[in-house]
Amino acid sequence: MKKLDSSLKNMLLSLTGFSVVAGALLGWVNDVTADPIAEASAKTLSDAIALVVPGFDNNPAESPEEVEADGVTYKVYRATKGGEFIGAAVESSANGFGGALSVLVGFDAEGNIIDYSLLSHAETPGLGSKAADWFKKGGKGDITGKNPGQSLLKVTKDGGEIDAITASTITSRAFLQAVNNAYAVYMEGETDASSGASRQAEAPAEVSDTDASSSATLYAHPSDTASLNNQKGGDL
Amino acid sequence: MEYVLIFITAIFVNNIVLSQFLGICPFLGVSKKVETAMGMGAAVAFVLTLATIVTYVIQKFVLDPFGLAYMQTIAFILVIAALVQMVEIILKKVSPSLYQALGVFLPLITTNCCILGVAILVIQKNFDLLTGVVYAFSTALGFALALVVFAGIREQLSLVNIPKGMQGMSIALITAGLLAMAFMGFSGVDKGLAVLFGLG
Amino acid sequence: MNNLKVLLNGIVKENPTFVLLLGMCPTLGTTSSALNGMGMGLATMFVLICSNVVISAIKNLVPDMVRIPIFVVVIATFVTVLQMVMQAYVPALYATLGLFIPLIVVNCILLGRAEAFACKNGPVASFFDGLGIGLGFTIALTLLGAVREFLGTGKVFGLAIVPENYGMLVFVLAPGAFIALGYLIAVVNRLRKA
Repeated sequence: MKKLDSSLKNMLLSLTGFSVVAGALLGWVNDVTADPIAEASAKTLSDAIALVVPGFDNNPAESPEEVEADGVTYKVYRATKGGEFIGAAVESSANGFGGALSVLVGFDAEGNIIDYSLLSHAETPGLGSKAADWFKKGGKGDITGKNPGQSLLKVTKDGGEIDAITASTITSRAFLQAVNNAYAVYMEGETDASSGASRQAEAPAEVSDTDASSSATLYAHPSDTASLNNQKGGDL
Repeated sequence: MEYVLIFITAIFVNNIVLSQFLGICPFLGVSKKVETAMGMGAAVAFVLTLATIVTYVIQKFVLDPFGLAYMQTIAFILVIAALVQMVEIILKKVSPSLYQALGVFLPLITTNCCILGVAILVIQKNFDLLTGVVYAFSTALGFALALVVFAGIREQLSLVNIPKGMQGMSIALITAGLLAMAFMGFSGVDKGLAVLFGLG
Repeated sequence: MNNLKVLLNGIVKENPTFVLLLGMCPTLGTTSSALNGMGMGLATMFVLICSNVVISAIKNLVPDMVRIPIFVVVIATFVTVLQMVMQAYVPALYATLGLFIPLIVVNCILLGRAEAFACKNGPVASFFDGLGIGLGFTIALTLLGAVREFLGTGKVFGLAIVPENYGMLVFVLAPGAFIALGYLIAVVNRLRKA
């Protein structure tokens, strides 16, 4: 076939033609992948909840309660088993060294920490990411089983009882801050939980915008870095 | 004060080239002479600010209302390409002297990933239009600063004996690495300023 | 030209990273570990193969004066397809690579191959060119990622080789990316001379 000339008619035709084909193709792929994408983000969330508050038989990811405190919105995922309340996972965040650090903390009905999961962070790669394991069972700064209402969850340097991540005090502070905030929100919710029937009724209405925050965390920049100098020197 | 913070953070702390890795191609390609580096820096500042405004308007008034958010990449790149062409034509007519200074760099800008990158970042970070513009302009200044400083170093570097295998791009990259390390000294400045301004 | 030669040409003689020095942003930005580098390389390879094949197939339908915008539309379409597919099936990798996935559109390698190869050759040869260049890019990114990961954390592909405390963190951070690539290019230059 001969190559088309660059006449105005040909140029318009081919530009329009290819744009329409491209647009149609994308519309179709968007249609096909919309469900899997929603499923994938829902699965990531429910997996994280199952990790931090195991043993529920409802679907906490479906109906989070949004609690606002000091201008920050927290999400509380209440877990029940056989209709009985067994605890909740609270999504909370605090400002770390390189930006927001967000964490999902699981509490049992008494307010003891069951486990946590680091959702996203912008700390120095290789240092800040240690927070994913450091405060877990067997880690040096184990917080599991503790109750923030009874024990002081602060780094030892601030008079608390938790060992900070080596060379990352600011990250550790931010992490513990997020955990304490989560606890405060959780306990506040618990005190009026008995009157929570009305709140639960309106909860499903909020489902539609729940993945706004999780999609934002998808874009955590891989090279959001913090200072080596400060991490090694000032941040000890 | 918030804008001052964005300004300083974008130029020094999160420098687009040296810590975000965007716009590396012109950074390495157009940095042999300080003079050309300045021209490129100015052209990027101009187009980046303009492109951010236009893509923002497209996102908020075309893509979002019609549920076409998935067309973002394709729409933005076409808009940026068209915009660069238009800027070139208008500059040629309106200000031939400015065209002389920036003209040669304009075609290179379409494929400069910091333009598309910043346009997408402004949407992702949920900035309002004014914040986005301040962010885009400061980012471009950061790009220009890195480019000019780097070009200055490379001018000196061309006078030095360098081992054969490391001549050209190799030594340029290592120099850029040292420059990036120097810029890391700025991190934490944004935290300090935030406290100073009472925003932290 | 036979296809094997086209393939090897992309991996060795015209390696996009070490020889042509194209696509530096993702090369530096996504190689904090071997796995991330490989993911980025494969993502780019997918788009490159698709756009090469399609562009060579439609090259006669495209008037010369508007070829660049049309090539960009083709590339951007495949990038968007890739974005959606990755979001659906490998969300974790998509989150790590973040902004650099949409930025494949402005990777000079893609438009460069469209101009230099795909619009002059048939779809089969273009497929092998895309495969070769894509593999060359993937190998380079994986190598750079492995070097940075090893020097920075003592691991390769997440497997500990030396204890983590011996890692030089700077290699995971921004300056280490520039420096590691600078030395790798010097090594490749030396090998090519020999």
